[in-house]
Amino acid sequence: MNGADFVAFSLTPLLIGSLAALACALPGNFLVLRRQALVGDAISHVVLPGIVLAFLVTGTISTWPMLLGSAAAAIVAVVLIEAIRRFGRIEPGAAMGVVFTAMFAAGVLALEQSDTSGVHLDVEHALFGNLESLIWLDATGWESLLDPAALAGLPPELFRISLVTLAVVAGLAVFWRPLAISTFDEGFAKTLGLPVRAIGLGIVIASALAAVAAFDAVGSIIVIAMFICPPAAARLMTNRLGVQVAWSAVFALIAAVLGFTLAGSGPAWFGSENAVSAAGMVGTVAGVILACAALFGPARN
Amino acid sequence: MQAPLEDVTARDARERADQDSPLVLRGMTVAYDQKPAVFSVDATFRSGKISGIIGPNGAGKSTLLRAALGVVKPLAGRATFFGSTLARSRNRVAYVPQRASVDWDFPARVVDVVAQGLYRRLGLLGRFGREHDGMVMAALERVGMEDFASRQIGQLSGGQQQRVFLARALAQDARLYLLDEPFAGVDAATERAIIKVLKALRSEGGTVIAVHHDLSTVEEYFDEVLVMNVRKISAGPVETAFTPEALDIAYGGRLEPGMRVPQKEPA
Repeated sequence: MNGADFVAFSLTPLLIGSLAALACALPGNFLVLRRQALVGDAISHVVLPGIVLAFLVTGTISTWPMLLGSAAAAIVAVVLIEAIRRFGRIEPGAAMGVVFTAMFAAGVLALEQSDTSGVHLDVEHALFGNLESLIWLDATGWESLLDPAALAGLPPELFRISLVTLAVVAGLAVFWRPLAISTFDEGFAKTLGLPVRAIGLGIVIASALAAVAAFDAVGSIIVIAMFICPPAAARLMTNRLGVQVAWSAVFALIAAVLGFTLAGSGPAWFGSENAVSAAGMVGTVAGVILACAALFGPARN
Repeated sequence: MQAPLEDVTARDARERADQDSPLVLRGMTVAYDQKPAVFSVDATFRSGKISGIIGPNGAGKSTLLRAALGVVKPLAGRATFFGSTLARSRNRVAYVPQRASVDWDFPARVVDVVAQGLYRRLGLLGRFGREHDGMVMAALERVGMEDFASRQIGQLSGGQQQRVFLARALAQDARLYLLDEPFAGVDAATERAIIKVLKALRSEGGTVIAVHHDLSTVEEYFDEVLVMNVRKISAGPVETAFTPEALDIAYGGRLEPGMRVPQKEPA
């Protein structure tokens, strides 16, 4: 593959995939440590009905309606989970499982029934993402990175995911201490005057934002692999929170880059003509990383 | 109608005592699932004393402490710290939660946990400098854990974990220390180390309140006690409040003779 082809067909999917993996893996550390991994799962699923609803209402797949729709769906999900837990006398895990599968199923039905032929929103795309399609057709080579006209043709998903990743990183940097303290010892954090409820909610909101923005890249199902696998693997590498978060970022990037590359070029090595799903391969690589960390990680005990 | 003179004096005296007290509880009531865990407890803890909250399992001792600190929400009642609200007294109040209340597999070293005690000093983005390192190490030295500074907390024994929690509270440099079962499941050496630190805090003018369940050590460790079982049963100096009658009520007669006899001699 020459430079021009790489910039046009691989650079933006690689960037979007990497940023999506990063945006999910960073808050994922706290979800895993708080034993709320299921929350990431729930969020990634309820994003779908939110996005479909936003599309049905506005008729476009632009950024803000999608974000608002997903946020609304996330809030509905949280309220429903709490209501079922309280009135149904069901344990939180089960309430969460019921709500997010039901909402996800409703999202799939709505997606099938709605006329989305004119835009790029279909069931397969929603479930598995469409990383390969996020290409930069205006690019003619590396020099396009300096060409304003070509830059204007960058896929809008790139800006969205960049913004969200930046927000996640900034939030993490600023609120690092409260996040760490309240995740380790909520009671103690309360006596310090930390708003532990708001912190917990902030993690969920950051995760929801990441899930929405990563939706294009890896779809709503494989997002969960990005939330869980890199942090879980990173925990097996170190006994320090800061180092763990750094490892999770490294693993997320490896999964994204290696997954995309293997999906595009891997089958050819085995004599197959067809590339495989990039999102599927990204999720698979993330799983393999976790398996390796579980077998060989230095902090397994 | 004017109140009788004695009543006014008594009330004045009580109010003055309340003003001086690091912690006053009034009508504290906490319920879980509509079942009262703590019912209408009044208590005034005296400054410069080591006070114990005593009672059987499920008596609401920890709940009372956690409600006073706002960790759980009381149904009714209020806690007054240093004559003011907790929000205004946070820099003077340190809390040692039950050791079992956290996940010790958390990715943190001993120093990371102790440094949490400096949060109110550092704030969100304050730089963690050499003087803060010194405070962390000084706190660890006080509990005899300086050699474990860079250990992962999950690799410590229960007693060592308890000492790390105490060191975190010491790093807060508070005037009032609230400890939830600090001697539960710790080895004898840790127990001695902890009580030594608590007595040192008292001699520095600090106040210590600890939830405690081992009746055999009450007289040795505490100046004052609050004996409770959901409700307050007795309160005051150990000599007057830690009586067989009070314990009989608290434990519902389930107390075996000899339980108050010290079971182990300090080595």
